[in-house]
Amino acid sequence: MTVAQIAQILNARIICGEDRQDHHLEVACASDLMSDVLTLKEDNVLLVTGLANLQTLRTAEMSDIHCVVFARNKTVSPEMIELARENDIIVLECPYSVFRTAGILYQAGIKPIY
Amino acid sequence: MHFEFQIEGGNFTRAGYASSEIKKMLKQLNVDLGIVKRTVVATYEAEVNVVAHAYSGTIYVDFDEEKVVIRLVDEGPGIPDIDQAMKEGYTTASSTVREMGFGAGMGLPNMKKNADDLQISSEVDKGTTVQITMYFQGRK
Repeated sequence: MTVAQIAQILNARIICGEDRQDHHLEVACASDLMSDVLTLKEDNVLLVTGLANLQTLRTAEMSDIHCVVFARNKTVSPEMIELARENDIIVLECPYSVFRTAGILYQAGIKPIY
Repeated sequence: MHFEFQIEGGNFTRAGYASSEIKKMLKQLNVDLGIVKRTVVATYEAEVNVVAHAYSGTIYVDFDEEKVVIRLVDEGPGIPDIDQAMKEGYTTASSTVREMGFGAGMGLPNMKKNADDLQISSEVDKGTTVQITMYFQGRK
């Protein structure tokens, strides 16, 4: 599934990485615990989270996660956008809860890691 | 090659800066991407630990042809019982640390899983030293 398709089904706004809407994603995880995210061995995972701070993007950077969806209507700060741009991370803001976001993605065929 | 980075205790805005720089260096050296990821995940966990628990710290990075040795030396409260701290789920993290998405007692075990070699020494009320060694040709 492409970022553009994901943004559409989640009613999400692409905040960063507008030029990479054709980036393809197949698996996702949902977590507010960055320690959990850091244990994932897979690359190119879509991260769904309600934790909006700089460390979310640092975690994405270290884990080779190229796309983060901030659910629960969380807003991304200018510092977060800057860090995302530096590391080529696509950022989406989504008005739905983490549960609803994950449900929509699962129904659309995005796979869980385990 | 030798590099040093300073870490400020409690400053979560900068946490991860050093790990990010180390990642760039490893990529420039064309190190296998799987090894890069294991290295930076272990280093980032260690860097976050210094920010979360210590007053200040320094990261010493030494590259040679076959490996990189990353040593994080902090001034802080130290770890009274390292075996206990290595257990998954054990934590002494503050609520601030938890709000950042950490402090679930997973950092040290995850560092152990990712590092080729992990050495921890600590003195209560003085500080902790964590040494991560990664081999470019894979685990020894």
